[in-house]
Amino acid sequence: MIAAIDLATVWAFIIAFAVFVYVVMDGFDLGLGMLFPLFPAKADRDVMMNSVAPVWDGNETWLVLGGGGLMAAFPLAYAVLMPALYTPVIAMLIGLVFRGVAFEFRWRTTAARNRWDIAFALGSLLATLAQGVALGAILQGVQVEGRHYAGGWWDWLTPFSLLTGVALVVGYSLLGATWLILKTEGALRDKAYRLSWVLLFAMLAAIALVSIATPFLSIQYAQRWFAWPNVALAAPVPIAVAAVTALLMRSLGQKQDSRPFFLVLALFALSYAGLGISMYPFIVPQSITIWQAAAPQNSQIFMLVGVAGLVPLILGYTGWAYWVFRGKVRAGSGYH
Amino acid sequence: MLSNLDPIVLARAQFAFTMSFHIVFPAFSIGLASYLAVLEALWLWTGREVFINLFHYWLKIFAIAFGMGVVSGIVMSYQFGTNWSVFADKTGPVIGPLMAYEVLTAFFLEAGFLGVMLFGLERVGPRLHFFATLMVAIGTLISAFWILSANSWMQTPTGYAVNADGQFVVDDWFKVIFNPSFPYRLVHMVLAAYLTTSLVVGAVGAYHLLRDPHLPGPRVMFSMAMWMAALVAPIQILAGDQHGLNTLEHQPAKVMAMEGHYQSHKDGAPLILFGLPDQAAGRVDYAIQIPKLSSLILKHSLDAPLAGLDTVPRENWPPVPITFWSFRIMIALGFLIFGLGLFSLWTRWRGTLFDSRPLHIFALTMGPAGFIAVLAGWITTETGRQPFTVYGLLRTADAASPLAAPAVGSSLLAFVIVYFIVFAAGAIYILRLMAASPHHGEQGPSGDMPSRAAGITPASGAAGQGALS
Repeated sequence: MIAAIDLATVWAFIIAFAVFVYVVMDGFDLGLGMLFPLFPAKADRDVMMNSVAPVWDGNETWLVLGGGGLMAAFPLAYAVLMPALYTPVIAMLIGLVFRGVAFEFRWRTTAARNRWDIAFALGSLLATLAQGVALGAILQGVQVEGRHYAGGWWDWLTPFSLLTGVALVVGYSLLGATWLILKTEGALRDKAYRLSWVLLFAMLAAIALVSIATPFLSIQYAQRWFAWPNVALAAPVPIAVAAVTALLMRSLGQKQDSRPFFLVLALFALSYAGLGISMYPFIVPQSITIWQAAAPQNSQIFMLVGVAGLVPLILGYTGWAYWVFRGKVRAGSGYH
Repeated sequence: MLSNLDPIVLARAQFAFTMSFHIVFPAFSIGLASYLAVLEALWLWTGREVFINLFHYWLKIFAIAFGMGVVSGIVMSYQFGTNWSVFADKTGPVIGPLMAYEVLTAFFLEAGFLGVMLFGLERVGPRLHFFATLMVAIGTLISAFWILSANSWMQTPTGYAVNADGQFVVDDWFKVIFNPSFPYRLVHMVLAAYLTTSLVVGAVGAYHLLRDPHLPGPRVMFSMAMWMAALVAPIQILAGDQHGLNTLEHQPAKVMAMEGHYQSHKDGAPLILFGLPDQAAGRVDYAIQIPKLSSLILKHSLDAPLAGLDTVPRENWPPVPITFWSFRIMIALGFLIFGLGLFSLWTRWRGTLFDSRPLHIFALTMGPAGFIAVLAGWITTETGRQPFTVYGLLRTADAASPLAAPAVGSSLLAFVIVYFIVFAAGAIYILRLMAASPHHGEQGPSGDMPSRAAGITPASGAAGQGALS
């Protein structure tokens, strides 16, 4: 029994890790896509696209691991959440289709390039908004009966889920902007600096709003954050957010190209930890815990062997691919 | 309007639609990735420029096809949950880990090395780049391994038990992964992918040879493709026959549907070549048939008795007309491909491989044949196992999400519109690339930049470069 409890928790962390790596990696791709309309010049767009072209596919694979892993390790949660999030999930998939093909298509046509740029930007926006809305919809809880989703088709749509949707759009855009600071130079980078300031304030506002709204969703969240002894665990999170924000502002002010991106990642990590504190040990908030949803032990063990052996290897060669394409991307010397 | 429709029919239509679009891309990219690895190996080995030109030529096409495969594949991995949540809950402990292993061992490998394969030749050098190409090619094959294992388990489930929640749980992983139909399906599909690719490559080669039979690139690719078709088509026919015998053993009703055998035959069943299956009446009208041949093929004996669907409860009948026709389309194309291979061997022996217009026209027309055969084959096996999702254990009607028709209907409509826009555009861009002939100094996907024109030579065979291009 002890082993079963531990396994479910281990798997909850693995899924959470996969989703976080996805957010980190595809977050800046999608953010960069959403910033496309602000950079109308073809040369700028070429550089932006080239800065992620070699790695976007690997970034998106973490989403498949998150989804596939959820089905494998917590099939009940997958079976309840997917119908509950039907519309946002379909919208995300369609957004990712447009965004993904645009990477190749825009280089294969001059006549329709602009149209694929629009598809790239709108696809990125749709996918991000849908992910943010889905997050909000999960946090606010879904109706469950037996082993099925029992709510309606529009339950996901609430002011709170729209707020988390917009928050993620802002957050990914900030990731994209700081990625551009890291990977580009000249006027393009300077513009990314200006955008980063605006987006940073927007993101701080979004974090504040979501943090204030969450405890109102249910008494459980409020107790989790404000009741002793949890408050001891939870209190450092806002403090750390303030500290990272200060560092981030300094690096933006001093134009240290290599820093802002990683500091924004730290902000994401802290927000994510906050989400974890709110949710654990529920995987479908307020209805299904990770233990109720867990696949049988031998399924979880079978996969754990693969994860333990393969994820370090995957991180290794993914890191190598980033290393191969390290440094600033210059106009006219792109990969495309 | 949508609310009058049966949500399960809509969910099935959606799965069939998105799956059919998706399978086209892996069928092509599995074969093309291996072909690219062979081309790059030949370039490294011989140093002949024609091989690197062909490599770059097909790499651009691969990049587009692979991208479309990725985005249409992500849709599949979430559709299990959105439209088939009961299936996901019940089979998650069995199917889920297989798909998780596919992601861990195949998708990451492909995606991790794809960037280097597409854009990294100058950054990492030829040898490391070849390694990246090889990893992508191996990744596509590993992916086929896991997903066909998962599909095969749904066709011929073994190694499982059922727990208190009604979930399938695993008794024996080896029996789950290497379930009875898996080896046959894997071989059949990988060979199909290789044939599909060789037909596309052959058609592109033929198209350019029809205009100029002296072009070095098209000559090399056409010759390679025709070898592939000639050698693999007969092996594929044998593999398909074995797969059929395996199906007869484990899913006899599917074979009855493929053969159009509504009735049992006590002493030798006829092979129905063509006819019009009438599902309601349970008979094949206007059948043109060869007596006893079906028993000979399936049982290797003219007089062997063969059971028909009259031995199967009616509620377990697969939809015979679809299965019957898609099977015939696949078989007919298989033999046409075999014929193309023979024709190419004949012209090769005569020394007219690069000059025979009839051969080139034949090869050009056969360009899409592999895709159609793959689709027809999958339609045969997937409709033939109906009405079950997990064969004999979980009915399709019981596997769906608690669905409302308007939600499924509108998402189906959205997918249809989006896929037609996106994949039509992709097909046009691929055809446009194919319409240009591979040429001297061909560039890869990174090739818009003038600095690339100098090219790069393999360390091993720089001396031979250009000599035969």
